[in-house]
Amino acid sequence: MSMKPLAMRDALLERIWHEMATNPDIFFASADFGSPVLDKIRADYPARFVNVGIAEQNLINISAGLSLEGYTVFAYAIAPFITMRCYEQIRVNLALLAEARQLNVNLIGVGAGYSYVVSGPTHQCYEDITLMRVLPNMQIFSPADHVCAAALLERCVVETGPKYIRLDAQPLPVIYTGGAPDMERGFHVHRHGARVVFVATGYMLHTGIAVAEQLREAGEVVGIIDMFDLARFNADALAVALSGYDIIVTIEEGFSGRGGLDALLRTFTVRHCLKARMLCIGVEPAYRFDLGTRLDLHELVGIGPAAVLRAVVEMLATLEASAGTKREVESL
Amino acid sequence: MNPSAEILRAKADWVWRETLAIHRRAPETRIASSLSPIEIFVALYYGGVLRFDPREPLAAMRDRCIISKGHGSICMYPILADLGFFPKEELLRVCEKGSFLGGIPDPVIPGYETLNGSLGHGLGVATGIALGLKRRGSARSVFVITGDGELHEGANWEAIMFAAHHGLDNLHVVVDNNEISMLGHTADIVAHGSLVLKFAAFGWDTEEVDGHDVALVQSALLAQKEVADGRPKLLVARTLKGRGVPGLENAPLAHIMNPKPALLDILLEAHT
Repeated sequence: MSMKPLAMRDALLERIWHEMATNPDIFFASADFGSPVLDKIRADYPARFVNVGIAEQNLINISAGLSLEGYTVFAYAIAPFITMRCYEQIRVNLALLAEARQLNVNLIGVGAGYSYVVSGPTHQCYEDITLMRVLPNMQIFSPADHVCAAALLERCVVETGPKYIRLDAQPLPVIYTGGAPDMERGFHVHRHGARVVFVATGYMLHTGIAVAEQLREAGEVVGIIDMFDLARFNADALAVALSGYDIIVTIEEGFSGRGGLDALLRTFTVRHCLKARMLCIGVEPAYRFDLGTRLDLHELVGIGPAAVLRAVVEMLATLEASAGTKREVESL
Repeated sequence: MNPSAEILRAKADWVWRETLAIHRRAPETRIASSLSPIEIFVALYYGGVLRFDPREPLAAMRDRCIISKGHGSICMYPILADLGFFPKEELLRVCEKGSFLGGIPDPVIPGYETLNGSLGHGLGVATGIALGLKRRGSARSVFVITGDGELHEGANWEAIMFAAHHGLDNLHVVVDNNEISMLGHTADIVAHGSLVLKFAAFGWDTEEVDGHDVALVQSALLAQKEVADGRPKLLVARTLKGRGVPGLENAPLAHIMNPKPALLDILLEAHT
């Protein structure tokens, strides 16, 4: 069943707009960033909307203050700006203050990874997962399609505390054509595999699916897991989902080896005594000014489908070589 | 009926002595920055300016008081204890294990609203609170006590523009204008020029008073609180860092100077 993809932000904002009709505590704050659906929010609920201007530090502070007065706040801006321009405001007035006060502030960052393809490294965002992950009390959501993005609404409203929702700026093909996954669980197993499982988040789930398809044609059935919650996923369920694999491949549109999804999974596998080898695919940590399509850029930095396929095939060869060695050792 | 000037003066003198006594026991506390805003806090808390309920520090009926210069508000400890926010015995345990009264106040202290160890955050959060109160139709006010040094932080000016644009006349900023930050006079570091002129240019109602004349601070705050003309309110209180302590008062490096215990003992004895 095919389904027309929407921009993630419009899908989520549509849900927020509906929620605002019956929930008088919802407040929407933007740092001069828009969307067609935002026009409806602005027009229909002017008393619960504010545009702070190009001022992300103030966006966070205003949102914290509104939340202290009992509002459930959605704060909306471009991903690198809403995470990095105002990092200390997030740390002190959201993550830290949440230790002492009941807050509900949901940061919506649009433009995960390379989704602003030709705008260059200021507008691209390869650090946000790491930076938000390091803050206690901060939840992180990273949906792979608009269905999952829209389904985050309930958790945003019901669960208190600060949250970061990283959205792709481009409409992505619909993964959840049959409806949203179990949002409480925090991850979704798309497919079970034999030796290899891909753990991907956001846009990279689509890359993972494409590579898995190529591998399946070559006889290797790969498992695929969508990690859309990078903080409060069901850990016991994830340990079960990952058990039995020889290789866990993390795939993220963020710097590799810098504390993102790869670090999350490495720590997780150690804590849960999972024996699998790990292959961590992420953006080679460097800032670049290259232009091209998103796929061109992905191949340049080592996260395109061709690069992922190459890395997985190499890893499988290593696994087979060492398994061979092991058999030889046993036969001696 | 608000307390008379004499009663407020006596209260301010008592707070000054208690603040020195806390610093004598806990020299980690910032003494010089905590002596300049005493009359501001006394006017707010004893002068009939702020509405509050010590039995329910977060009651909806309260006026919100955001103490942005957190480190420089140790003088609030005796005030809050005196008003019944917590037992006075707590004043004997400042900075000790198990106490909630630290070298920099945190919102675990009854009466403190937010986190203000990092400077330049109070005004922005207070502006969000003021917007929230307005949008909910509440008549409560928000007061922010900030140092002049922390106005170097740019986020303040985002909030200053925002508050004027949104007509937040329920927002009061009181600047403890001691004109000294950590390494010297702000005029020599990055000069503010006239804060009154700057805020006025941003669309604020502005007043300036001698910040150690508690009756003047009180009357200025009460008068500003009466007005609802769509403009947020600034009160610049001219103060002296380290006020009343020889060698400390108005010293450029007062922020990082600790008076000798013997001097503190003499001052405490003299003001008993």
